Amino acid sequence: MARDQTTLERALLGRGDHHDHAVIARNVGKAFDDHAVLRDFSLEMRPSEFVALLGRSGSGKSTFLRVLGALDTEVDGYVRIPRHRAIVFQDPRLMPWLPVLRNVTLGLPQTREVKEHGLATLAEVGLQDHANAWPRTLSGGEAQRVALARAMVREPQLLLLDEPFGALDALTRIRMHALLRELYRKHRPAVLLVTHDVDEAILLADRVLVLTEGRISLSTKIDLPAPRNRSDPRFAALRRHLLTELGVEPD
Amino acid sequence: MAQLLDPRTTPGPMTVLNTAITMLGSGELQGHLWASLQRVLQGLAIGVSLGVVGALVAGLARWGENLIDANMEILHAVPNFAFLPVLIAWFGIGEEPKVALITLSVWIAIHINTYSAIRNVDASLVEAARTFGVGRRELITAVILPGALPGFLVGLRLALTAAWLALIFAETINAPTGLGRMMSDAREYFRIDVIFVLLGVYALLGLASLAVARFLESWLLSWRRSFDGA
Ligand SMILES: Nc1ncnc2c1ncn2[C@@H]1O[C@H](COP(=O)(O)OP(=O)(O)OP(=O)(O)O)[C@@H](O)[C@H]1O
Ligand SMILES: [Mg+2]
Repeated sequence: MARDQTTLERALLGRGDHHDHAVIARNVGKAFDDHAVLRDFSLEMRPSEFVALLGRSGSGKSTFLRVLGALDTEVDGYVRIPRHRAIVFQDPRLMPWLPVLRNVTLGLPQTREVKEHGLATLAEVGLQDHANAWPRTLSGGEAQRVALARAMVREPQLLLLDEPFGALDALTRIRMHALLRELYRKHRPAVLLVTHDVDEAILLADRVLVLTEGRISLSTKIDLPAPRNRSDPRFAALRRHLLTELGVEPD
Repeated sequence: MAQLLDPRTTPGPMTVLNTAITMLGSGELQGHLWASLQRVLQGLAIGVSLGVVGALVAGLARWGENLIDANMEILHAVPNFAFLPVLIAWFGIGEEPKVALITLSVWIAIHINTYSAIRNVDASLVEAARTFGVGRRELITAVILPGALPGFLVGLRLALTAAWLALIFAETINAPTGLGRMMSDAREYFRIDVIFVLLGVYALLGLASLAVARFLESWLLSWRRSFDGA
């Protein structure tokens, strides 16, 4: 029954009415066999809100992201998401047999306008010169930038990021943070960033959530002015607070 | 030793070369070669088409899997050449059973490899494609077929070998033309030099097939940066 209800709610998605909310998820439950991963998970996101979701490994962050991406529709509860969504996974998931630009325009009609828009988006991530390259010739950071371009080219109302920088080195990650902030400033999608990295969450998000035992155990607004700085004492305080919530003793 | 090199059973290289030149000069060899080549090309064209389409249907639809893949498994389990009597009964003794036998060998090799390649296309790529709104048609042309291409090309290599082998069997049926015809004539008249020329032709055809397969691989798989023997 619960599944039918969710299906019905999904049928109503995208009929306007998400002016006040980009995402509404109420009492979402998800179990694998007998193992409940999400229970009564609720989240509302305003349009253009940047939310970071923290949680221990295996806490269900990716599971929730897959629900918001409609990759997993067999869930209990009420979910409302915008029609225009895009996902960036932890691995770039580029089609190795398609040139970079064709990867970016995947799933779109192959018109001249779309190609030009694709090229312009590649330029935004600094890869216009690689438009005709094979994905396997790219570095890890470049491939992830292509994945970001592939998501942004659709002008999503909701951008879902599942540890997109997890596999990158610290230097590349800093550059990717700047790039993401720039893209966000320009296109203003609602963003859900799943991450392990507390600093990353505080640096980028308007709001940080901690997922514990299937529920949100902590939700905190980040009111630090941009550009945020790790040496700000408020940054350190937030960091300590979040780490404690995650069960790590900060030193 | 002397017996081993008995010119009646083992002609010298010059004899073989002279025979080859005579056969080429008279146009006899080209004529028969062309007849055989046509059978192989027809069998390849039909077999590859059936193999790819069948593998796609079996790979994408449950009913296709039940209908096609199960039957291909059975055909694969029987040595192809055992079907020759059946093919003769169905198609007579003209060109059709010959082409049919080659087609069958090619079809099986292509199907087995292409089907398993389709089933092994990275599910996370298919999922990613779906989240970006890729429809059924684009999923096939931009994700599944190119993803299955390496496996298809392995199948094609095997199919080329299988095609020439099937040709030899097929041309044991009343063949007025073809390399098989020349071979049985040579056997009858004990022209061991002609037999050696024909063995050379078969070898060249096999090598040429492999060269074609290798060319297709390097051309179609240029996106793949793989271990090349360092
Ligand atoms: N398809 C599945 N079948 C069975 N169990 C699953 C499946 N997907 C996830 N799980 C389980 O659900 C739990 C949450 O997984 P999930 O991938 O959401 O964790 P996560 O918070 O993203 O962890 P990480 O930070 O390591 O990526 C895990 O215990 C996992 O084993
Ligand atoms: Mg995860």
